[in-house]
Amino acid sequence: MSANVQKLPTQFPPHFPAHTGTPSRKEGPVSVGRAGRGVATVVSKVGLSEICLSYRTQTGERLLALDHINLQVHAGEFVCIVGPSGCGKSTLLHLIAGLQQQTHGRIMIDGKPVQGPGTDRILIFQEHGLFPWLTVGQNVEFGMKMKGVPAAERKEKTRYYLRLVHLAKFENSYIHQLSGGMRQRVAIARALATEPDVLLMDEPFAALDAQTRDLLHDELERIWSETGRTIIFVTHNVREAIRLGDRVVLLTFRPGRVKSEFPVELPRPRQLEDPTVARAAGEILDELREEINRSLEAEYNEGVKPRIEPGVEGEA
Amino acid sequence: MKRTARYIVFYAALFGLWALLAELKIWPPYLFPTPWGVGQALYAGFQDHSYLIAIRVSMQRVLIGYTISVILGMILGLGVASNKFLEDTMGGLLVSLQSLPSICWWPLALLWFGLSQNAILFVVIMGSLLSVTLAMEDGRKQMPRIFSQAGRNLGAKGFKLFWYVLLPASLPFIVSGLKQGWAFAWRSLITAEMLYLSLGLGQVLMMGRDLNDMSAVIAVMILIISIGYVVDGVVFKGMERYLQNKWGLTPAT
Repeated sequence: MSANVQKLPTQFPPHFPAHTGTPSRKEGPVSVGRAGRGVATVVSKVGLSEICLSYRTQTGERLLALDHINLQVHAGEFVCIVGPSGCGKSTLLHLIAGLQQQTHGRIMIDGKPVQGPGTDRILIFQEHGLFPWLTVGQNVEFGMKMKGVPAAERKEKTRYYLRLVHLAKFENSYIHQLSGGMRQRVAIARALATEPDVLLMDEPFAALDAQTRDLLHDELERIWSETGRTIIFVTHNVREAIRLGDRVVLLTFRPGRVKSEFPVELPRPRQLEDPTVARAAGEILDELREEINRSLEAEYNEGVKPRIEPGVEGEA
Repeated sequence: MKRTARYIVFYAALFGLWALLAELKIWPPYLFPTPWGVGQALYAGFQDHSYLIAIRVSMQRVLIGYTISVILGMILGLGVASNKFLEDTMGGLLVSLQSLPSICWWPLALLWFGLSQNAILFVVIMGSLLSVTLAMEDGRKQMPRIFSQAGRNLGAKGFKLFWYVLLPASLPFIVSGLKQGWAFAWRSLITAEMLYLSLGLGQVLMMGRDLNDMSAVIAVMILIISIGYVVDGVVFKGMERYLQNKWGLTPAT
């Protein structure tokens, strides 16, 4: 039932002060020996306790997708969730986003239970989910418009966030005119523009080519350090998780349980092809192998396609 | 051969065949008029403003009726698409109702509204409401789920979610249904107007029959076809093209 916490993090990951609402806060580049470590808040930013999700399949049997997930994420932390497909990691993000309802357990944000979607948690989808009927600028503006932010302020912030993702020139373009990487950057800008405390990213770079992905890793890390957002990042790529995360959480294959947690204490910025990253990935992969095998077995038996990139033999 | 050239050749041939058959006088001219006779009737109709008035009255009616059925149809369709109970119950009813020709509502409309403009509007609405509703329902189902999820995620709910997300997101999927709804509205209007003397193109058409003026009958038929064609080709084609460009559904030409 409960997670087998491998090496309990002796040090808490870097802690950022609570988000102030102004996008101008700057912090030094994320690197070795960053200050601000060691302070553990009493209330974590995102707290999942005993989350279960089950649903009825078409044949009428009850399927357990998530099994007593416990996870505490601290403010400003970058947590990566890894697992074979079918472990429910995307579903977990949907639950945190409030787009779906768990069958059991509680999700707390700053100690308050989640009730439906809220702009304090924005989900970035793998397929970006941008609105093709709006321009890039209008997409970024959307969340603010729903909130009732005055037009002038919206314009200003839209420009700010588009500059942050280096897309200022494309404010009036339509989504289909952009490349995959640019679209994902618009999605990030759109999410940040509503000034959420927590960014939920659901395999956002999975559909991109390796070069674009490398670039976006750098950008995401920079944006994270500049804005101090809490990020929960779901991926099936172990190396990507280590490249980005303060901590990597491993889920088991169906039903999803927390198998183990790995604090990543490598200095930033990291590179995907760093031997240290590869070594850490290998360690996690050993843990993961059993789950991959189970998901492979499921593929042979029922046609469920597993997706796991070891990330050791180099990027696809 | 270019498209325009093909059009010209086709219509010239059609016109020539018509002129030839009419000039051969196989049938008497009062049953089979010449193209020139129809042209004269058209000219005369526009000259004494009777066609212009008829067109204006008919267009007004169809616009009012169509607008109402689009609004109602969107609400109904969305309701049916997003509610399992409504889908199971009303969904089937809507499909079966669609097999009913809209003019079958005419007797009912007469009893409810009397011989009035409202009776005509009622028939027009009943004619197009169902296809708009079914199109909206279908569009809502075809619409990728990610749009409504992203919308809710960004804080849109209730009417805002409908207006800023669900409606624009489903437009490309419902535009053909809207077009079909328009065609039904237009047909229902002309039919209803033919049954009730009330200005409008339908009535002008019946007047041609009453006066035994075959040229006028064909002239009005041509008018009705032309208006339908123009609305379809200009308004709906334009809308489709606009949406396709915006969404990038076709490579820009």
